[in-house]
Amino acid sequence: MPATMRVRVRLFGPLREWEAADEGGRELPLGARVSDLVAALRGDGGLPEKLLMASAVAVNQEYAMAGRVLEDGDEVAILPPVSGGRR
Amino acid sequence: MELVRERIDTAALTQGVKAGGDGAVCVFDGIVRDNTRGRRTLHLDYEAYEEMALKQMRELAAQAVERFGVREVTLVHRLGRLVVGETSVLIVVASAHRGAAFDACRWVIDTLKKTVPIWKKEQFVDGAVWADGEPFPDDIAGDAS
Repeated sequence: MPATMRVRVRLFGPLREWEAADEGGRELPLGARVSDLVAALRGDGGLPEKLLMASAVAVNQEYAMAGRVLEDGDEVAILPPVSGGRR
Repeated sequence: MELVRERIDTAALTQGVKAGGDGAVCVFDGIVRDNTRGRRTLHLDYEAYEEMALKQMRELAAQAVERFGVREVTLVHRLGRLVVGETSVLIVVASAHRGAAFDACRWVIDTLKKTVPIWKKEQFVDGAVWADGEPFPDDIAGDAS
């Protein structure tokens, strides 16, 4: 059994320009959580920190909390604050 | 519930919703404004995480029906490039009585603006920026923040 898995990372809105070509997804240790992936993305250093930290995360098109355990083949989306506008 | 790339036919959609038991139809027609904080807007580009946005829109409509007891909620959002005056989002709420229709309509647009994954880039005469967006509600702020 391999000790790693792969998830597909998707970036949207103001983060989209940093979306990497999908080369089979991002490798993570088995049992990694949403927070581990976010930490890994921060570690890469390429993404604007403030925007990343203001973002929500969706796993397979549903909002997910930091403690959610990821599984091989999951689609993980980093979602910057959505369009908003003044009430 | 729909994401479309062509013009939203507000009149036709509103008319199409009406049914015999309705006493009120409340419409929110969100249109492109010609400025943001005084800076002149040329056009807006909307994009979405489409699969998720559609799911969220369906859930929002169902929640509105349940929460406010309205009969039906129709929700359409346009994506791509929109110019000033064009409809970006249309919400039509049909109900037996007006109170619930107003309340549901307000709740749907306010919630949509905070939770449905759609972003807009504003093109001004002197540059383009992504709109700031609203902070996520606590129950979906899922990252390491």
